[in-house]
Amino acid sequence: MTDAVVPVPGGPTVRVEPVPRRGYSTAWWGMATVIATESMIFIGLLSTYFFLRATASEWPLGGLELPELKYTSIFSVVLIGSSIPVIFGERAIEKGHVGALKVALGLAWLMGAAFLYRTVIDFRELHFGWRDNAYGSIYYTTIGLHALHVLGGLAISAVVQIKVWLGRVDREHHISVDVFALYWHFVDVVWIFVFSSLILSPHLGR
Amino acid sequence: MAVTDDPALAPAPDPHELQEGWGEEAPGIPGFFSTVDHKRIGKRYIYTSFLFFFFAGIVALIMRIQLARPENHFLSPTTYNEFFTMHGTTMIFLFNTPVLAGFGNYFVPLMLGTRDMAFPRMNAFSYWIFLLSGAFIFAAFLLGHSPDGGWFAYTPLTTKAFSPGINMDFWGLGVVLVGISTTVGAINFIVTTFKMRAPGMTLNRMPIFVWSMLVFSFMAIFAVPAVTLAAALLELDRLFGTTFFNPTFGGSTLLYQHLFWFWGHPEVYILFVPATGMISMIIPVFARRALSGYHWVVTALVVVAFMSFGVWVHHMFATGIPPLALSFFSGVSLLITIPSGVQFFSWISTMWHGVVRFTTPMLFAIGFLLIFLLGGITGVMVAVTPFDWQATDSYFVVAHFHYVLNGAVVFPIFGALYYWLPKITGNMLSERLGKLSFWIMFIGFNVAFFPMHILGFLGMPRRIYTYPSGLGWDAINMIISVFSFVFAIGVLLTLVNFVWSNLRPHPAGPNPWGADSLEWATSSPPPEYNFAAIPVVSGRHPLWDQHPLATAVPGDDVVTPSLTPRGTMERETPFTEGLSGDPEALMHIPHETYVPFVAAVGILVLFCGLLVKAVLVGALGLLVGLVGIVWWAWKTGE
Repeated sequence: MTDAVVPVPGGPTVRVEPVPRRGYSTAWWGMATVIATESMIFIGLLSTYFFLRATASEWPLGGLELPELKYTSIFSVVLIGSSIPVIFGERAIEKGHVGALKVALGLAWLMGAAFLYRTVIDFRELHFGWRDNAYGSIYYTTIGLHALHVLGGLAISAVVQIKVWLGRVDREHHISVDVFALYWHFVDVVWIFVFSSLILSPHLGR
Repeated sequence: MAVTDDPALAPAPDPHELQEGWGEEAPGIPGFFSTVDHKRIGKRYIYTSFLFFFFAGIVALIMRIQLARPENHFLSPTTYNEFFTMHGTTMIFLFNTPVLAGFGNYFVPLMLGTRDMAFPRMNAFSYWIFLLSGAFIFAAFLLGHSPDGGWFAYTPLTTKAFSPGINMDFWGLGVVLVGISTTVGAINFIVTTFKMRAPGMTLNRMPIFVWSMLVFSFMAIFAVPAVTLAAALLELDRLFGTTFFNPTFGGSTLLYQHLFWFWGHPEVYILFVPATGMISMIIPVFARRALSGYHWVVTALVVVAFMSFGVWVHHMFATGIPPLALSFFSGVSLLITIPSGVQFFSWISTMWHGVVRFTTPMLFAIGFLLIFLLGGITGVMVAVTPFDWQATDSYFVVAHFHYVLNGAVVFPIFGALYYWLPKITGNMLSERLGKLSFWIMFIGFNVAFFPMHILGFLGMPRRIYTYPSGLGWDAINMIISVFSFVFAIGVLLTLVNFVWSNLRPHPAGPNPWGADSLEWATSSPPPEYNFAAIPVVSGRHPLWDQHPLATAVPGDDVVTPSLTPRGTMERETPFTEGLSGDPEALMHIPHETYVPFVAAVGILVLFCGLLVKAVLVGALGLLVGLVGIVWWAWKTGE
């Protein structure tokens, strides 16, 4: 047993060889864990949706209108499609192409904004409110929470884009691009589940 | 990891030079609000949560005065409801969870051999959110609008129709707030554990307490969202008129229970797992041998974490669940005794093969074993559905969960106080007073809580503010009340011990217990940079096996100098590869900043706005929160 405090003067020393960096940054891992916990919120909301639906006599409850399918589908493709420029942007900055990254992030931002705009229109055109019944409550809550995530993503994207335009991002230094990309893909993947459960599935089997 | 011996000898760094390079902490009030040092934050977590512990304990004593005699009018029914709600809410959300996070905050970086957490500013943020959420819930108590729907806040009792006041809104919003704090803290522990270990510390060599905090964190990030959602949906119902829990409009009251207990049962293990981690650190040191079956214990922790997500319905056996579901959840609840048993036998075997020193921390550990055994056995009993139908909502259940949450979590925490406070304050606690405190607590606890089992069998229901005489409950209730005060005296003695140890300091030295893990390889209390040079680990028990600990020499690369005193002077610490613990990159430890505090206050403002439905206040809070997010994205180093 030793009582000494490191480094022990005159104590042994070793040479430690560092390994090349293989994994992701801590910021990336931080975002990955945020996503894990956020996923649970959405899993909880979708479970709530199916719990309420399973105990309901009709769905949507109280003879409410079915979710709008045509425009929502089109804009869903736009939102999920916005991951494609983000992927291109990630690849571009790995090779040091800052110009391509600017275009890619700008395009993805516009696609996300278009989707958000469509969500606002959808909410305006609905003939029911969140107070009407449990269907209205879960519809507004789930889709509204996802829209808030899109909004947050647009805000992060704006900051990242400013950093890119100011020249703070290059081939070796692009952690915030990676972190934003991860978050944006998450927002898109969540929408696949929310869309299939809330928008698409009530139309099936009719 | 490639390690070669180097003929050079470790230098003796000059402490003044180290401190100058690291930078002095701002003194006084500015330093108080801006610090990002994990040790100061950890200490605050521990001290703040103990304040809540004392408050909730006093509330419990007042309830016991009310229950000491039949048909007592010491407390009104309303006050009693408020008190038991505050007692449960405070103990679970504001004491047990944060005190464990506090020990984790202080000791995980020290045990891993690094200079701070992975996200020091987030760490400060999670503390401020915890403090403010506590203040938020306490504001309700002080304003006379204390939550009164139970710490579990079951609907429909807690919906607007049946709890019209602002009381339960404090609970719902406060729970969402404290959930943010727990989640942020958990994220920090996960990334710190995987990315910031001393060279040579593979996962296989991590101290069990670090393992337990890792498991705690993974459980927290998957379980806490459920209670956040339960409380958030409850608040949407109460504040904005949604109908999630209103059956008239297609909602479901049972839905609330599912969401709540999907968090609620893992939460029991979220608390229990770090407590067992503490025990697994204390027992080997005082049995003077390595923990038996290290791999078994780690596996048990991970298995418990998985299983704990499959037992929540055993809190709902009496709600009319289909029989198949009853069988499943009953089965998993019985199965979870196996990994718990593995840990139990590992502790017994460690003591059996060792030479036990009966110090105060060890007494608390052994006391824990006995209490946990009883709490575990009653746990098996209530896991059996037919038994549960008889015992549910009776004092038997109160006895069971106090044996588990008070006995099997608070006793390890007290053991941990006696074991680790010398490291935190630099002063030893009195052994004589400590042992006295233990025996009074142990006797007080058992005589206070064991008779509750019997009360349950005699039919006394939970949550009642009084009872008629002549049911055979009178004498038992009086005994319980008297001994709950005995327990409190035991707790008080530890407080006296703590104060005394600071008035009449008894310097502890770096390693007073002859322990094996890295937190004892630095002075007590540790300097702000933890380790002037980061030790190089070659086994599971560095301080037992390496005489003395080796340190690294700086290489030609950019990373390895941070392992040496040069890293301290540059305010750097290495990032390591997740599995092996090989250094691969550098972290610059951020300086003090007010931003975490400001962001936390912003979020509190938002919640106050929601509480009174003031749109402007809410919008202002949202704005501050958004600015915080933008600021963080801006500051993320490339």
